[in-house]
Amino acid sequence: MNASFRAGLRAGVPYAAAGFLLSLSFGVLAREAGMSAVAAIVMSAIVFAGSAQFAAISIVAAGGGFGPAVAAGALMNSRFLPMGIALAPSLPGGPLWRAAQGQGVVDSSWALSARGDGTFDRAFLFGSTAPQYVTWLLGTVTGALAGDVLGDPDRLGLDAIYPTFFLALLIVELRNGARAQQAAALGAALALALVSVTPAGVPVLVASLAALVGLRDGTDDAGDPDGAQETAA
Amino acid sequence: MSDGQFWQIIAALALVTAIIKAAGPIALGGRTLPRWFANVVRYMAPALLAALVCVSALADGERLAVGADTAGVAVAGIALWRGASVIVGVLLAAAVTALLRAI
Repeated sequence: MNASFRAGLRAGVPYAAAGFLLSLSFGVLAREAGMSAVAAIVMSAIVFAGSAQFAAISIVAAGGGFGPAVAAGALMNSRFLPMGIALAPSLPGGPLWRAAQGQGVVDSSWALSARGDGTFDRAFLFGSTAPQYVTWLLGTVTGALAGDVLGDPDRLGLDAIYPTFFLALLIVELRNGARAQQAAALGAALALALVSVTPAGVPVLVASLAALVGLRDGTDDAGDPDGAQETAA
Repeated sequence: MSDGQFWQIIAALALVTAIIKAAGPIALGGRTLPRWFANVVRYMAPALLAALVCVSALADGERLAVGADTAGVAVAGIALWRGASVIVGVLLAAAVTALLRAI
């Protein structure tokens, strides 16, 4: 176990704690949608993607069937496509080994392991995913088995956890300078413009196009020397 | 919905997710990245994260809606910006949201 992996573990722990609460609310909602406790737990174990799991469950709860539920979950996870493309050059080995390593990506580990120069610290990524996988399972088990005691997850405000989880990651990125803030503003605007006209999941996928602001000339803006002229998105 | 249908959804979603996560690494792995690629990649995180935050805090299904959870996330955002840890942030967001719904 190298130093990067251990640093990743440490960085992942707060997100793992937040993920526990998130997956707990998933476990409760999955039971409410009619899923057995075992099915909910297996889903967290082999899908391991919060937004897709919530999307699929909410469609089932609303009366939707196999096709819509899987499509919604797949669209939610479509953001892992650009993430995987970004990560690819940082993964060593043959195609199958790279594909296996790519399974270790979750939003927070991907964002936290970016070195800021377009490359990723692979050991750090696996290290930060590991505790999040463990608590994702533990939270689901707790929610699926003890959901009756907890009652309505919305009443406890658990639905506010998911956006806040991503906001914490976003704020780290926003401190990197004006160009990052520009990409964020553009990504948010694109997504919000599409929410009411496309299926769920599409807005976030399309928002990845905002990263094209990186094609504009100019070098590292981490020190933000030219922030004044770059504030307009 | 029957148990069998749930298992079909779970299996299909697990498979699709694995394929999505594998696609980039299979197609593009093991190369040195051109400069323009690196420049785009470094701004993907803020773009995707901002979109996720806005959609999850503001969208209710396919329409925009400001609710108690939006307020909870906003309060947590201020705390996070001032240096609070992510676990403090999420607990604060849940607490504010629950409080607003209770009154």
